[in-house]
Amino acid sequence: MASLANPTQFSRVSAKALPVLLALAAALIAAGLWLALVASPADYQQGDSVRIMYIHVPSAWLALMGYTGLAVCGLFALVWKHALADVLAKATAPVGAAFAAITLVSGSLWGKPTWGTYWVWDARLTSVLILFFLYLGHIALTHAFEDEARGARAAAILALVGVVNVPIIKWSVDWWSTLHQPASITRFAAPAIDPSMLRPLFVMAGGLFAYFFAVILMRARAELAARKARALAVAVAGRADAPFPGAGLGETA
Amino acid sequence: MSGLAQALAFGGYGAYVWPAYGFAAAVLIGLFVAARRQLARAERDAERMRAALRAPEPRS
Repeated sequence: MASLANPTQFSRVSAKALPVLLALAAALIAAGLWLALVASPADYQQGDSVRIMYIHVPSAWLALMGYTGLAVCGLFALVWKHALADVLAKATAPVGAAFAAITLVSGSLWGKPTWGTYWVWDARLTSVLILFFLYLGHIALTHAFEDEARGARAAAILALVGVVNVPIIKWSVDWWSTLHQPASITRFAAPAIDPSMLRPLFVMAGGLFAYFFAVILMRARAELAARKARALAVAVAGRADAPFPGAGLGETA
Repeated sequence: MSGLAQALAFGGYGAYVWPAYGFAAAVLIGLFVAARRQLARAERDAERMRAALRAPEPRS
């Protein structure tokens, strides 16, 4: 991991990792869709609505992981002024927001036939909605300032303050009485789900994890290239023969 | 109802299952396409600037 601290090293490693992650994502998501929509049984109580689980649950895991990642990036950016931390945070926030949105929408569509309502202001649903807004706030702050470094700093502070919401989401179903069921998959107990449903869940989760990291790597590489282009544009504009002195590239990110 | 249509209806839950998968697909494909476009443009810009810097500086 330490070797990835250097942006040049990061570029080299991520260029190798990206095609592997993309291939893994495509294969696992294709297999996951087949298992989730065709090869797995309907639930004995929920019927076929249980198939929503195979995107809802992995999306929720990724939304939480993404925000935890933002907070770790925020810590590295604020405390150690790490060169890559801001880049990774900027790359991660929209991906995390996308998975939070998928969690909310798929959960809502699952809630209607299961609970009889699309939405209820209970602890789990509300705290995930707050997670989505925290992501939007992070994205907005990142782009709020002319000076990129100030925006990144403000977003890093929000990421650190907002991370208190992550354990609240995780344990909301145990701390408060909510409509949402508690976790079926925990580290210390046998899962409360049949293997025929665990398989599509884990295959889909694996595919979405690979997708998650692949898109973050693509976005981070784009951000690094855009910064490089801006720095080079300054050097080009500074040359005596520059056709339009001072004219560099516009916003490329 | 044909066998396929019946299978796709998911016992009446199709109205919930398909929009959930459709929304996820739309978001994830959109995000991927945007990231790929952004990456291609940034790399092109960086390459253009590198080429501009490599060009010999004329005497004025």
